[in-house]
Amino acid sequence: MITMEHICKSYKIAKRNAGLKEACKSFFHRDYEEIHALKDVSFTIQDGEMVGYIGPNGAGKSSTIKILSGILTPDAGTCLINGKIPWKNRIQHVREIGVVFGQRSQLWWDVPVIDSFELLKDIYSIPDHTYRSNLDELTERLNLGDLLRSPVRQLSLGQRMRCEVAASLLHSPKILFLDEPTIGLDAVSKLAVRDFIRNQNEIHGTTVILTTHDMQDIEALTKRIILIGKGQILLDGSFSDITKGNPHIDETLAELYRSYDI
Amino acid sequence: MKTKKINSFQLYLHYVSINIRSMMQYKTSFLLTAIGQFLVSFNVFLGIFFMFQRFSHVKGFEYSEVVLCFSIILLEFSLAEMYARGFDAFPDMMKNGTFDRVLVRPRNEILQVLGSKFELTRIGRMLQAVVMFFYGITKSNVEWNVSKILTVIFMLIGGTALFTGIFLIYAALCFFTLDGLEFMNVLTDGAREYGKYPVSIYGKRMLQFTTFVVPYALVQYYPLLYILDKSTNRFYILLPLLAILFLIPCYLLWRFGIHKYTSSGS
Repeated sequence: MITMEHICKSYKIAKRNAGLKEACKSFFHRDYEEIHALKDVSFTIQDGEMVGYIGPNGAGKSSTIKILSGILTPDAGTCLINGKIPWKNRIQHVREIGVVFGQRSQLWWDVPVIDSFELLKDIYSIPDHTYRSNLDELTERLNLGDLLRSPVRQLSLGQRMRCEVAASLLHSPKILFLDEPTIGLDAVSKLAVRDFIRNQNEIHGTTVILTTHDMQDIEALTKRIILIGKGQILLDGSFSDITKGNPHIDETLAELYRSYDI
Repeated sequence: MKTKKINSFQLYLHYVSINIRSMMQYKTSFLLTAIGQFLVSFNVFLGIFFMFQRFSHVKGFEYSEVVLCFSIILLEFSLAEMYARGFDAFPDMMKNGTFDRVLVRPRNEILQVLGSKFELTRIGRMLQAVVMFFYGITKSNVEWNVSKILTVIFMLIGGTALFTGIFLIYAALCFFTLDGLEFMNVLTDGAREYGKYPVSIYGKRMLQFTTFVVPYALVQYYPLLYILDKSTNRFYILLPLLAILFLIPCYLLWRFGIHKYTSSGS
């Protein structure tokens, strides 16, 4: 179970105007602006839930994911994931989570995919038989077959993403964070990834937290949506709470963003 | 169910192996870089050689002694650069967000950063260093015994640790500036270049600096005096190992940097 209570986080950002003169000035004196990335964010996610975490760019999505995955320490508030504080028990915590960053690969570029998997096996100290059975299952369900023996640089984006997803599940994590997993994928690959994630949740009860701008991902995968804007939770409800039956999902969402002025 | 825990060293070897496999995809590039590394250091050696055609010694050190000194420093530097190259690439890891990936893995961060890059091409420079070392031995009339051989081994250990520490500082500073700091190269490449001569020739101030601040002298000047029979102080044998202590402040700076990173997110 994931509980986040009253999490706040602000950053200091150095500010300067354009131009060489300003750049030189900032060398000696910097003005800082405080950005409130998260303001009193609270939510609870039960085991086995699939949650879409959405919001415009810069709303605080990645700060939240970073806090949940133990990378970032918040200024205030509490967060417990399966009884652990992510940033305090980072090593123990990350054993139980899988993270897919859609735009950053975790596979080694020049070696066959299976080599990266073998390394992950050692990183997570996955027992042989668990590794075997997970690998067999993932290979079959994601249709990896021949891909495993190809160097990553020769894979298409869709093929690579399937391998990325598999890589993040080898150690049987209880929670899976997906950051824009379908970005740039063609229709077939998108569907394959979506189907897989849905199955993963059904078969293994993996909790899935998905951030995306693709509303079709959200519609296909999640019953629950958390909408964040300007660092605050604006809406926590079902997909239909957001669309209100309107078939034009993107337009509805844009309308919603405007209505919240985010 | 008993879980076989892979220890850090085994994991590191696995990282090395995957690095080598990656590199083997580009065999020509590897060979050319390695040869290049060899030639560049050979060039420096020629510099020393030609200089000693004109001068018979530099501040009491003969040609063969300088060659010995340079070869040992070069070997230390190449060793450190080979396995600690990940620190050198660390600014990129910070910029492109790969370091976040490191933080979501249940392993020590330094181990993962070191594992991210293993630069086998430095073997070219190491080869040059080894050849030069034996050349220096044959040219000089050092009488080798167990304690002198031990001194050389300690120099290699201490010196590699020292260079590793400097690379670590270089990486840790990225947490504060986000960019690599070129001035750090004075301490790395600079030390390699100036380190070909015993640091005493640069004057007393320099000797003090390299004894107490960035302890090059501990792995180079003092033990060299012992090897060359210019000093009989047996304490000098162990002195290089003292340089390992330099890693402590480097590590603390790194921890402090990580703490800053996890609290500011950048």
